[in-house]
Amino acid sequence: MSTYLIKNAKVLGGDAQDVLISDGRIAEIGTGLAAPDATQIIEADGHVLLPGLVDLHTHLREPGREDAETVETGTRAAALGGYTAVHAMANTDPVADTAGVVEQVWRLGQESGRCDVHPVGAVTIGLNGERLAELGAMHESAANVKVFSDDGKCVHDAVIMRRALEYVKAFDGVVAQHAQEPRLTEGAQMNEGTVSGILGLRGWPAVAEEAIIARDVLLAAHVGSRLHICHVSTAGSVEIIRWAKSKGWDVTAEVTPHHLLLTDELVRSYDPVYKVNPPLRTAEDVAALREGLADGTIDAVATDHAPHPTEDKDCEWAVAAMGMLGLETALGIVQQTMVESGLLDWAGVADRMSVRPARIGRLDGHGRAIAVGEPANLVLVDPSARRTVEPSELASKSANTPYAGLELPGRVAATFLRGVPTVIDGKLA
Amino acid sequence: MKRHLISAADLTRDDALLVLDTAEELAHIAERPIKKLPTLRGRTVVNLFFEDSTRTRISFEAAAKRLSADVINFSAKGSSVSKGETLKDTALTLQAMGADAVVIRHGASGAPHTLANSGWLRGSVVNAGDGTHEHPTQALLDAFTMRRRLNDGKGDLEGRRITIVGDVLHSRVARSNVLLLATLGAEVTLVAPPTLLPIGVETWPCQVSYDIDSTLAKSDAVMMLRVQRERMNASYFPTEREYSRRYGLDEKRMAALPEHAIVMHPGPMNRGMEIAANVADSPRSTIVEQVTNGVSVRMAVLYLLLGGSEPAVTTTATEENAK
Repeated sequence: MSTYLIKNAKVLGGDAQDVLISDGRIAEIGTGLAAPDATQIIEADGHVLLPGLVDLHTHLREPGREDAETVETGTRAAALGGYTAVHAMANTDPVADTAGVVEQVWRLGQESGRCDVHPVGAVTIGLNGERLAELGAMHESAANVKVFSDDGKCVHDAVIMRRALEYVKAFDGVVAQHAQEPRLTEGAQMNEGTVSGILGLRGWPAVAEEAIIARDVLLAAHVGSRLHICHVSTAGSVEIIRWAKSKGWDVTAEVTPHHLLLTDELVRSYDPVYKVNPPLRTAEDVAALREGLADGTIDAVATDHAPHPTEDKDCEWAVAAMGMLGLETALGIVQQTMVESGLLDWAGVADRMSVRPARIGRLDGHGRAIAVGEPANLVLVDPSARRTVEPSELASKSANTPYAGLELPGRVAATFLRGVPTVIDGKLA
Repeated sequence: MKRHLISAADLTRDDALLVLDTAEELAHIAERPIKKLPTLRGRTVVNLFFEDSTRTRISFEAAAKRLSADVINFSAKGSSVSKGETLKDTALTLQAMGADAVVIRHGASGAPHTLANSGWLRGSVVNAGDGTHEHPTQALLDAFTMRRRLNDGKGDLEGRRITIVGDVLHSRVARSNVLLLATLGAEVTLVAPPTLLPIGVETWPCQVSYDIDSTLAKSDAVMMLRVQRERMNASYFPTEREYSRRYGLDEKRMAALPEHAIVMHPGPMNRGMEIAANVADSPRSTIVEQVTNGVSVRMAVLYLLLGGSEPAVTTTATEENAK
């Protein structure tokens, strides 16, 4: 296996150091390190070195919607975004609710080789919310599933949710809840508020998310389980989670990059590229989410990368699909909203985008310290670069990014997966 | 004026007055034996209706024909749309056929906006009602009617007090009326049960009340909105009887209106539900007049969007009519 010497990298944004990678691990860290023979040298030139990013929430669409994304194209996008591990959501066709499907996705990830793919198992059969899927079988499969979610749909039945929370304790699993009270959001098209009233689009009220989170933190406390909340989008949700954590309950939460930046004002364009679930909220919600991420109430940034083919977005709002791309822009959005605003330093970014998500997903090889002997899952970021998002240049098979034409800070210069570069000079290796 | 008419908010006060004044001028054409002007000869107007709406469609059709435009009626039922054709492909087809204006009625809020801003079409887009969003030509014909009855067909509606009663939440008529009437200086009060008012209504340029009886005595016009069948079993209100009792306009309530006040309804009505039959048929009711005025207002809109700066009623046209 090749040896790489990264010269003058600011480890977690600290002082510049050299990092020697050998045999898939970090072999040496120091200043003025000598390069052994046949070492490839990477001049980091003051770029920031972080642990490889871990996404808790990715839609890779395979099997079933290979027209939108495949494991191959999705993991390319992930590597370019600085990710070394992603969790592939279960709402594929067929649904990932059996050992067979999760093993297929696992194997496709292994074959891609660019990024570890950890399949998420469905909580209930067919995401129908009625009967538990074979959670134990998915855990015992080659995919070794530890995160379970009906994402896209809420596990709305309180008894089913309770049973799922209890059942996965046997193998240290976690239920990741898509918090959306279904009756309050029938036919919902956007955040319910001033803008929805003017646009005549049916509202998705914040309370529909908050009521489920409130119920589920109480349920998790009652049965002594851990609980993860997907894509938190409202100020009220942040408050409830803060309260649950203050009680010492084992509750974690994620926020998407788009909910850290965009608001429902954008829907005034009726451009379906802004249609997403949960919907874009208000500026007050955005501020509360940033604050929650900064103080650790929200543990992780998760992309909810949701590719859709052109025809599902090039249409009237009501019939458009919900979701937006995220993998290749997440780090830039986090730099802009959290680092440049002074809310997080780079060590904080590493914690929220790698360390904590890896811990929530119980991934042993990711989110580790940058230290001698650790697996070399790393990303090198040039924070001073700026780039304009051009949808056609993205590696994803789809182009539904809400950031087209937007200038974002930062550039992923290189990504290493167990010592092997998946991205070098900002391009796929 | 902007190139498209999507929202009543697209109209400045001057734009709105121009439409209303032009409509007044054009209304006189209807009184002539030959009700036709050559203004839009050779232009093609497509009525693209994804929802059933006979009255709005024939109103636009009559308006376009009186201006000598070629009219193509494209109804989604029985067309390629019912076979799954997208809005985009329909638009591209119309573009290929050379539509100068597309009048669109669609069940999805924002569909006309998307049609106008997508680059699929080059012609003007007129919103003839989209989902629960807007219906700007209805607001224009309502304002036209109010101006005729309350202001001798002249000027704006400064200081006039207009009460709109009913299902504001789902009403595109209410949204467009609030915006246009505010532009014209009227004081609007929305009256509805709290369940039928949208979140954020307090930011609209109007007053809101839950009590119809406290607003009638100071209203110059009261507009009753249709309560749609599908709302009746969705717990927006307990029963039709209770709705009618608390928010319906019956003779007793009509008697509380000032002498000069008018009663309006965009139609189609649920007689006995939001409006009593003898109120709808009373001399104060402008319901039939609104339909007549709809043609004049839509003529004005099509003329101003398509005809440009030439006068609507030319000398030649008058001579032709005189022959």
